[in-house]
Amino acid sequence: MPGQASDVKVRDVRIKLHRAGRGQPVLFLHGAGGMLQWLPFFDALADGYELLVPEHPGFGLSDDPPFIRNISDLAYFYLDFLESQGLKDFHLIGNSMGGWLAAEMLIRDRARCKSLTLISPAGLRVEGVPSGDLFIWSPEETARNLYHDQSWAEKMLAIKPSEELMDILLKNRFTVTKFGWQPRWYNPDLAKWLHRITQPSLVIWGDDDKVMPPAYAKPWCAGLPQAQLVMVEKCGHLPHVEKADQVIPKVREFLRGASR
Amino acid sequence: MKFIYFHLMPYRHLDFEEAAKHRSTWVVLPNSLYDPIKGAEEYERFIDFLVDGERLGFDGLGVNEHHQNAYGLMPAPNLIASALIQRTKKIKIAILGRALPLTNNPIFIAEEYAMLDNLSKGRIIAGFVRGIGAEYHSTGINPYFSHERFHEAHDLIVQAWTKPGPFPFDGQHFNIRYVNLWPRPYQQPHPPIWIPSQGSTETVVWAADPSRKYPFLVTFSPADLVVRYLNTYRDQARKYGYEADAGQFGWAFPCYVGETDEKARAEAGRAVETLFNNYLRMTMEMLVPPGYTSQTSMKNFFKLRTAVPGRGAMTADYLIDSGTAVIGSAKTVLAKIEEVREKTGLGIALPMFQFGILADEPARRSAERFAAEVMPKLR
Repeated sequence: MPGQASDVKVRDVRIKLHRAGRGQPVLFLHGAGGMLQWLPFFDALADGYELLVPEHPGFGLSDDPPFIRNISDLAYFYLDFLESQGLKDFHLIGNSMGGWLAAEMLIRDRARCKSLTLISPAGLRVEGVPSGDLFIWSPEETARNLYHDQSWAEKMLAIKPSEELMDILLKNRFTVTKFGWQPRWYNPDLAKWLHRITQPSLVIWGDDDKVMPPAYAKPWCAGLPQAQLVMVEKCGHLPHVEKADQVIPKVREFLRGASR
Repeated sequence: MKFIYFHLMPYRHLDFEEAAKHRSTWVVLPNSLYDPIKGAEEYERFIDFLVDGERLGFDGLGVNEHHQNAYGLMPAPNLIASALIQRTKKIKIAILGRALPLTNNPIFIAEEYAMLDNLSKGRIIAGFVRGIGAEYHSTGINPYFSHERFHEAHDLIVQAWTKPGPFPFDGQHFNIRYVNLWPRPYQQPHPPIWIPSQGSTETVVWAADPSRKYPFLVTFSPADLVVRYLNTYRDQARKYGYEADAGQFGWAFPCYVGETDEKARAEAGRAVETLFNNYLRMTMEMLVPPGYTSQTSMKNFFKLRTAVPGRGAMTADYLIDSGTAVIGSAKTVLAKIEEVREKTGLGIALPMFQFGILADEPARRSAERFAAEVMPKLR
């Protein structure tokens, strides 16, 4: 069942925030696709936690302030967001671009965060293993390359977007370009500072991820002092969607351990 | 009317069958399909061809910049311009243009243009463009910041040409502590700046600004769009409170003058099809990366595309009948250019006589007919 959506203002930027459940806060940062639908994964987290899923500035119905020009700006924006929401002792989860964003936040300020879960995060580079080029892929190629099981892609391609959804998709794509085009989905300085993220960390990857190939799990696990890796078999770039049944128990178990 | 003898230098030896196996003739077309022995011969022929424009009485020779494709072999048009300067006496050399956002140091563009202006004793026309969408894939430059980088690079270059150095330039994208151009441009205050464009509103508003009044050149579009874009510029100038003159309106088009309309179509039809269907073949993702145009323009673009399915392959008849290419007898070509002039006040024509796979001999004969039978009547 979908969360409660509301508008929140952080300084003078208005963003859409979805909330569900009660308990220790869990902040989920979405990836380049934006926050287009409420997922079974979110319901599972809302059971026992207070889940917060904001739509990033420049995505969906949130404002698109011109001063947010790169991932660093977005990370500082979310540090403001944490303060404005009074979030303490929270768990942070990020997928793809949202995983990159989560790491950029924690290298700047790790104080209030209890754990970090990264689901096929962007942000690092692996020389000789380029990330998939969703800027050159057609919409159909993108759908197909997001999933291992092509029935998911078929479902995605069957959707005939409304005018309103088209506008959102276009807006998301512009923002994604701003953050991810160059350097292509990484910050060359990020790896140097991952040691600052001393929280327990869970790294989840699909073994057939064509967007961020599984080889990218290695530098994350090497850089994060307390990382454990879950490699999900026969799975693409969105394990929490495509293999929710396997990912949900792993994440819940990890959060339970990190909550103490 | 002024006439610029324009050339793109396509790779005519391209194996179309092989090229069709790839996503595009741009960005990802394997460069193993380029044969340097054949390519070197082509450069020699193309330069000879261009130089001939002076003998034929054109006002300028036009070259331009494109990267990593078989459509135009001039990633560095200034190199060709430099060669043309050495082989010509009086004719203007129009570089149409350098792609400002694609460079990380626009000072180099200011310097090279200034050098060419000195080398030619003031024969340079400095074109400024943003490059086409595919070139943001090829260079890695973020298209989201395309307009910003263009405007900032433009300001830096014009200041470098006109402000006494050394002075600092502190921009968002470019910052240089000591801007101090040696050499300064030969023409004062600086070489004429021309803006080739595919008609984006943002560019029109900017180019027509009273502080700039830059000539606006519409490239490779159907005649009705050429008319619409040029009149957008005229209307914008009126909004600014002035009347634009003929020298501010330009149009670049593939051109072939045959003995008759039928012969012209027969001789140039296939070549003009290869220009649009083979050499310009690219996907939407390459053509309009996000930010290269505004969200509104991009949305309209997609709508337009869904409204006209299967426009992938354009026939010579369509290209000629729509006025995208000006092909016919001298009389027909004259009438078509006159029609656009009547509707827009066109003052600069940039015919491109060699296009696609068209061989040099027919292209040269066509240029000679144009120079003898069309140009004098439009002057």
